[in-house]
Amino acid sequence: MSASATPAASAEQDEALAHFDALIAEGGTIEPRDWMPDGYRRMLIRQIAQHAHSEIIGMQPEGAWLTRAPSLHRKSVLIAKVQDEAGHGLYLYSAAETLGVDRADLLDALHRGQQRASATFNHPALTWADTGAIAWLTDGAAVINQAPLCRTSYGPYARAMRRVCQEEAFHVRQGYDLMRALCEGTPEQKAMAQDAVNRWWLPAVALMFGPPDTAAGGADARTAAPGAAVSRRAMAWGIKRHTNDELRQRFVDQCVPQAERLGLTLPDRAIRWNEERGHYDFTPVDWDVYRQALGDETHWARQRIAHRRTAHEDGAWVREAAAAYAARADTAPEETA
Amino acid sequence: MTTTSDAPANPTTPGPAVVAAVGGGTAPAPDADLAVHLLRLGDDALVLGQRLCQWITRAPTVEEDLALSNIALDLIGHARVLLDRAGRLDGTGRTEDDLAFTRPEREFTNALLTELPGGDFAVTVARQLAYTHYAVLYYEALAGCADAELAAFGARAAKEVAFHRLHADRWILRLGRGTPKSARRMRLGLERVWPYTGELFDEDDVMRRLAASGTVPSPAPLRPAWERRVTEVVARAGLTVPAPSWSARGGRDGLHTEEFGPLIAELQSVHRQFPGGTW
Amino acid sequence: MSREREGAPASWEVFLRARRGLAHQHVGSVRAADPDAALATARDLYTRRGDPLSLWVVRSDAVHTASPDERDPYFAGARHKPYRYPEHFAPLTEKGPEGDDHE
Repeated sequence: MSASATPAASAEQDEALAHFDALIAEGGTIEPRDWMPDGYRRMLIRQIAQHAHSEIIGMQPEGAWLTRAPSLHRKSVLIAKVQDEAGHGLYLYSAAETLGVDRADLLDALHRGQQRASATFNHPALTWADTGAIAWLTDGAAVINQAPLCRTSYGPYARAMRRVCQEEAFHVRQGYDLMRALCEGTPEQKAMAQDAVNRWWLPAVALMFGPPDTAAGGADARTAAPGAAVSRRAMAWGIKRHTNDELRQRFVDQCVPQAERLGLTLPDRAIRWNEERGHYDFTPVDWDVYRQALGDETHWARQRIAHRRTAHEDGAWVREAAAAYAARADTAPEETA
Repeated sequence: MTTTSDAPANPTTPGPAVVAAVGGGTAPAPDADLAVHLLRLGDDALVLGQRLCQWITRAPTVEEDLALSNIALDLIGHARVLLDRAGRLDGTGRTEDDLAFTRPEREFTNALLTELPGGDFAVTVARQLAYTHYAVLYYEALAGCADAELAAFGARAAKEVAFHRLHADRWILRLGRGTPKSARRMRLGLERVWPYTGELFDEDDVMRRLAASGTVPSPAPLRPAWERRVTEVVARAGLTVPAPSWSARGGRDGLHTEEFGPLIAELQSVHRQFPGGTW
Repeated sequence: MSREREGAPASWEVFLRARRGLAHQHVGSVRAADPDAALATARDLYTRRGDPLSLWVVRSDAVHTASPDERDPYFAGARHKPYRYPEHFAPLTEKGPEGDDHE
């Protein structure tokens, strides 16, 4: 925008920015037609799109078990859960669209690898117990991450997140319940549960909260710096309310007693109660650990996107038909009674 | 489920339930017949639900992932009620999960329509059209039966399937009157599934005995109404109802397609891998 | 080209009456090519839980807005008229406004 060169426009800009800053400072909500800094808009689009993509891609590892769920009750629960994830994706895409982007463009960006889903789902769901571990750990992490987002500064995002959070609570509970049933079952069932926890713990603890962003996260101040800069910005704008490492600690504190009740061992020998801190210690998620958890450049990282792209391409003729039908002038009125 | 404390243990035999021996021989008790029938209905719902689950994460839009999973969820719900009741009636005491996860393929009695493999979205729409129009009619009829438990189930299921029918009606219209490509695919979809629709209305000795005793209605008399309704919807979509030269049968007797084996193997795989497991 | 894209061309605002006695409330939006598909999607998306009574969908571009940008001409009249509020007037009881018994 070259218009900002004129003094009048720049004064207007300054006033708008001051108004925006004041609203943020008093904990107010920014709504779609409010003026907002470009950086704020870009950060929101990136975060909401990644979040939406994660819901849609996240349907795959569990969706793969819908046809194999070992009881009709569990099958129903899993269908309801995967369905919620589709719903959450849709809530979030529509929140992103209030920022002037198109869902089709966001999905194209995902399909072309220009935008990403959470790397957590670059891991395969190898057994039935994985559906429980994903729900208990990954969704458990998501709830901790997302609860503060219900108060995030951008109105449509906060409203979408309030719906998401209400529904995620069911996901975590059913995941824990599924794991408990396995742990109370045969030794083979319990072994399957332990194996799943062994594989899903690191992706949950490392990837669901993002890279280390404080020295307390285990990284030294220098290595935490890049993460910290992004977090500071997001917190200043009220998009984020806590550092990655604060939330990660909250997650570990929540999971350790739950795992004990289940009789499962979390695969981190460093986990122990620290009386002084009032928290559980655990292996710091530094950048090496983080990268190790990423699972980038693996079969599954590619497969998730390929699966999604195939569905998109196979469905093109159906979407074309729906659009053509709606566009036809001679479409007879429908009787839906 | 309504269980009044002093209700007879078997509420399924209404007053005039004199066992009507059709075609001679010793007729099984009405309970056994009813168990066979409910198992068929339950298997229809289970197998169709299983097929729809295969769409989830592969549908043309995320909205459609949601819509198809909604339908699958209702169908699994129907299967649970029906299998549970069948297990209580047939004297074996098998649970819904015993029936779903431990029977071999030959003991499944779903109509072949419900097990037809994948195909494109148009095949799914064609199958949903045929099944949902049939199921609304049948469950509405079931809602009028003397067995309070079954009647209540029929009333609830009819409402749910009516929503699935709207979904099918909506899509056949959009595909039939969308693009030339979608119209062609929709026509092929109808042609693919139509030979399998007749089996839904078949009546064998079991069904005849149940209908004669007034225990549950037969689907056979519902066929003209079904024909009328689907013909009307298909015509609105600018298509014609196929007139297949043959009609598939066998599912009710456990004679399935070759593609059925893998479907059941997948359904039962985890359950079978953990003998004695609790879920 | 746009037809192959995902997310139907039109956006619809969704309003839900969650319970008898409540107004329809805006709950979000859906994408759909036509009103019937919009209603069906809204039903699947916003009524998976609870026992909602009714749904509206309205094409997003059919909603006319008086937004914060236009705040002054539209909403200025609402301010500066304290006499629209009960607190502007003498309390009905000796105890003051807090003592007003609304229950």
